[in-house]
Amino acid sequence: MIPQNVIWTIALIGMGLVALGFIHVIVQAGKPADDAATRKAAHTSNVLRRWLFAALLITFVGGTYATLRPFPIPLQYAPLDAQQVVDVVGQQWSWQITPATVHTGGVVEFRVTSKDVNHGFAIYAPDGRIAIQTQAMPGYTNKLLYTFTQPGTYKVMCLEYCGLGHAPMTSEIRVVAAKGD
Amino acid sequence: MAILTMYPDDERLEGANRTAFNLYVVTAVALFVLMMLLGLAMRMSQATWINVAPDLFYRLLSMHGAGMVGTTALATTAVMWFFLRKYVQLHLWALVANYVLFLLGALCIIVAVFAGGYGALWTFLYPLPVQSVGLWSPNAAALFMLGYLLIGIGMLLFYLDAAAAIIRVHGNLGRALGLQWLFGGTIDPDHPKAVVAGTMVIIANSLGILAGAVVLVMSLINVFYPQMALNALLAKTLIYWFGHMYINATIYMGVIAVYELLPRYSGKPYPISRPFIWSWAVSCLFVIVVFPHHLFMDYVAPHWLLVTGQVVSWGAGFPVFLVTAYGALTNIYRSNMRWTMPSRLLILSMFGWAAGIVPAIVDGTIRINQVMHNTQWVPGHFHFYLLLGVLPMALALMFHVIGRRATAPPNSGTDRIGFPVYLVGGLIFALAFLDAGRLSVARRMAEHLPAWTFTDKIGSIGAILVVLGMLYFAIRIAVGLLRPPAPASGGPRDRAANTAG
Repeated sequence: MIPQNVIWTIALIGMGLVALGFIHVIVQAGKPADDAATRKAAHTSNVLRRWLFAALLITFVGGTYATLRPFPIPLQYAPLDAQQVVDVVGQQWSWQITPATVHTGGVVEFRVTSKDVNHGFAIYAPDGRIAIQTQAMPGYTNKLLYTFTQPGTYKVMCLEYCGLGHAPMTSEIRVVAAKGD
Repeated sequence: MAILTMYPDDERLEGANRTAFNLYVVTAVALFVLMMLLGLAMRMSQATWINVAPDLFYRLLSMHGAGMVGTTALATTAVMWFFLRKYVQLHLWALVANYVLFLLGALCIIVAVFAGGYGALWTFLYPLPVQSVGLWSPNAAALFMLGYLLIGIGMLLFYLDAAAAIIRVHGNLGRALGLQWLFGGTIDPDHPKAVVAGTMVIIANSLGILAGAVVLVMSLINVFYPQMALNALLAKTLIYWFGHMYINATIYMGVIAVYELLPRYSGKPYPISRPFIWSWAVSCLFVIVVFPHHLFMDYVAPHWLLVTGQVVSWGAGFPVFLVTAYGALTNIYRSNMRWTMPSRLLILSMFGWAAGIVPAIVDGTIRINQVMHNTQWVPGHFHFYLLLGVLPMALALMFHVIGRRATAPPNSGTDRIGFPVYLVGGLIFALAFLDAGRLSVARRMAEHLPAWTFTDKIGSIGAILVVLGMLYFAIRIAVGLLRPPAPASGGPRDRAANTAG
């Protein structure tokens, strides 16, 4: 299951529901109601609004809990004790990644910073989709945890505009199968 | 039985008022077309249909971003002024000062970009403006920021005048927002929605502009005294606090047109209510504190701040879905709707806003942002609600005004062609961006991978249609504004207005 496809589906369903609501009302917009029908429509509208509120509230509470537990960003000011550590430094317009080879299965801690301007450290999986990202900001080190499950060559791209050489600012991370995999 | 007058006398534009309004509108529609052409050139370059060199691409991107945000603010300021002046005494000098400062600021930005080579985008994210690797000079960066300061000062002058005028009538900004009716009491049915919305914008965007002024001044000092370095995270926080509120204020200024005009075209009253007051009070708070969603990928930022960003981003959907969009739909349901250009644009604006914030809210989730941040998903959602939401709000008022001056409501055959061209083009354009986000296509890149160009091509086709539609709108509106004003009330158009009780 590719996360981006799930996200796209959720958004399409949401936008589609909005569109259906508008189409339904627009079709009825040129058919004026008499007083009794207007009062009935107003009542129905209020009832529907309460149901919509309840649905949104349930989505809000459930979605918030589901997406924030566990918190998707690791602690930044405590040791993370990851099995592998990779230091990443961005600089107009290249990446310095040490080491550039990691293995599958174990958690990798990326320590990402920049020597000059803001950069975006994005790891693209072999299928061309973003696996994970964080910012490379001068004066700060963002710690990112990620566990690779598939061996291969992962492309690193800059996702924060950093000047003329922004697009060609790429690199690679080699992910090899762990012993026993 | 209340009578909904299509063209009330207190909205007439005469003398200096008319000149000022026309200047705002003509400038805005002309700039919209020009900025869209820049956008089209960039999309076609990404699609490999034309070749725009990277250095020029990033300059165009800087101009397009700054130009579109500024022009949208200009157009929606005209909307807010047009209606707010009916309820409080606004001074024309403030509106004109805002316009003059906008032009001066725009001139600075244009010179900085096209003569000075500035290409650090509309976000001027520190320290890129002073680390150009020789592409532009520190003076060009300073001129760009000076342009922003001038535009911000102009807007702040307009807000201060409006705030003073509102306080003179309502006592304080809290009462103007209707906070006294949040938990009970009989709501004054004549309390204008334009005052509620205008007050919210004044509070929120004045704070945003002040945050922007702080970071602009700090950045300007850094340009000339590089040893006075800034904290990159603090600078980013202030920039996005300013930027988010500034562009969001345009929605809240523009939506005044919907509140004021929609009931005239539907023939049904659109009264103020307690949910409406709650909605604007909550939105005022939310728009001020929602900005941390721009910092999700800055993992070192305090995590409570990031949680706030997600929770408020999601919460911001409640007032839009449950009150604004739902209220508009309730107003037109089983009404005697008159489908002309203004009413079509009003409903489109509600759809564009409500549908466009769905992918925005989705992206306002930390876990999702980890794979969608700075992909084309982002321009996908903001182009959706700006192109199909905010812009139609302003266009609706413009068409409404030219309707007053014409011999018939704006609903010509070419209008009926221009509208779907713009709508379909806008949908194709925005959805192509969103689909590119699904494919992890990076935003703000001059050169695209071969695998990315399919959505670029689809997006370019949408952009061509949008430009054609907007070009038609611009000409139609500019020509319409030059017509002499129609006679005072009692004319055929006023008699044709809807009535309802």
